[in-house]
Amino acid sequence: MSNEKMILKINNIEVKYHEVILVIKGVSIEVPKGGIVTLLGANGAGKSTILKAISGLLRHEDGEVTDGSIEFMGRRIDKLGAEKIAKMGIVQVIEGRRVFEHLTVEENLKVGAHMKKYGRSVKDGLEMVYNYFPRLKEKRSEIAGFISGGEQQMTVVGRALMTSPEMILLDEPSMGLAPLLIHEIFNIITKLNQEENISILLVEQNAKLALNVAPYAYVMENGRIVMDDTAEKLRENPDIKDFYLGITDIGRRKSFRDVKHYKRRKRWLT
Amino acid sequence: MELFLMAITTGVMVGSIYALVALGWVLIYKCSGVLNLAMGEMTLIGAYVSLSFYSMGIPFLLALLFSLIIGLILGILTERIFLDKLIGKPVLTVIMVTVGLSFFFKGMVELIWGTDTRVFTPPVFSIEPIHIGPVIVGQAYLWSFVAAIILLIVFVCFFKYTRWGLAMQATADDEMAALSLGVSARFVYAASWAIAFMAAGVGGTLLGNINGLNISVGYLGLLVLPAVVLGGLNSIPGAIVGGIAIGILQNLCGTYLDKYFLGGVKEVAPFVFMVIFLLFKPHGLWGWERIERV
Repeated sequence: MSNEKMILKINNIEVKYHEVILVIKGVSIEVPKGGIVTLLGANGAGKSTILKAISGLLRHEDGEVTDGSIEFMGRRIDKLGAEKIAKMGIVQVIEGRRVFEHLTVEENLKVGAHMKKYGRSVKDGLEMVYNYFPRLKEKRSEIAGFISGGEQQMTVVGRALMTSPEMILLDEPSMGLAPLLIHEIFNIITKLNQEENISILLVEQNAKLALNVAPYAYVMENGRIVMDDTAEKLRENPDIKDFYLGITDIGRRKSFRDVKHYKRRKRWLT
Repeated sequence: MELFLMAITTGVMVGSIYALVALGWVLIYKCSGVLNLAMGEMTLIGAYVSLSFYSMGIPFLLALLFSLIIGLILGILTERIFLDKLIGKPVLTVIMVTVGLSFFFKGMVELIWGTDTRVFTPPVFSIEPIHIGPVIVGQAYLWSFVAAIILLIVFVCFFKYTRWGLAMQATADDEMAALSLGVSARFVYAASWAIAFMAAGVGGTLLGNINGLNISVGYLGLLVLPAVVLGGLNSIPGAIVGGIAIGILQNLCGTYLDKYFLGGVKEVAPFVFMVIFLLFKPHGLWGWERIERV
């Protein structure tokens, strides 16, 4: 991948919480302009931390990028505050469907347009969001705390869309949703990427789904990138198949595989 | 019956002033989680500022406007100087700082304006009472009520219809999510203190018109507590209803119970009520418990 086309470049960063707890060690990630890249990994691998490091929310949790650099459209952003980074066009969709519970759906969306002057652009924004998520239009005046989980996820993505972002950092949009809904949301994400030309960095536990959507993927374990490749190659990779996609070759003896699995994974991590 | 109606009417009118101050208190609590014990002294400062302007011969409304502007500035300064550095520190630390602030403010008031009771001269509102049906109310009460209601409406509209108001509500709901959308938390904190200071100033000015102005007006700050406990610590409508309810309660107790005791029931009643109320509804009438979807 050539350098000019990268919208986001993370160079060898290190992240510490409370100045002592080292959670990310030497991670480098690149996202091409208008592309989708996914970041896979188990719980606690540090995927969400990477997203927070990019969006600047890390500082809010007393974390800090202590080494390396993060560049967005050629500008270093790892020392900027969350507010400035958001203004530059990066928006993070925090994991866990964090809607503003006591506001209505439409008010939630309007907060997303907070950085713009009220008027025409907000109306256009709302129209665009309702276009992608027709269900939100039906629920527009309902209190966001009481709508269904899928609708909350749509609200959160729509809210991010209202900021007219260059790039969306999506943290586990599939969490706790029914398969059909997940499918719907991922379809919309792909559409957003293609039609609005928004670059997307997607963090997912559901590797199968993520590899379908994103052409390129990074795999994280214990705060390190252990592998990165195109989705096609990763899908064929036996380790990925085994650890993330849950596909094993049929016919082998189970006990043998289990032992091997453990050894292989151990070797992989060190 | 007339006595009862009088007590209720006066209660509602004084209560609307409490409601205004309570709204300011709730706003700070909602947006930044700070339990502000300096509210009474903020009321004092606002009241003395408008009194000073008024004594200079500036028309009352203009004096009130000036005190609003000064309240705005003082609010932002207070937040920037004293509370900005405390974001993320333990709750107790922050509360102690507000206690310190309350002493500081009180000291400043005594230093600048002295401790004697001052009155607005010439009186802003005519002392001629007004008859509404069978009820007689002082003009000071009536106009205070009108002013408080107008200001309450302005504030509520601000939260509901402006993007800054929405941003403040959003921050109160989920600070992290608000930050991710580019809402400036520092702005929200400063704005909540500024609005609280303005509301307190107007509340103090109105009370000063009713009773005369001295340090004791600052005890209003304590009265805010039963009001917000009743309404729920983080509910704006709750603060308004709570303030008015406390006003009514106070006047009813003052009217009917004072003769059985040595006096002062008026001052104690809200707190007795608060303690009893807390036993049964610790979240207040409209306080948030987190929304659980069923």
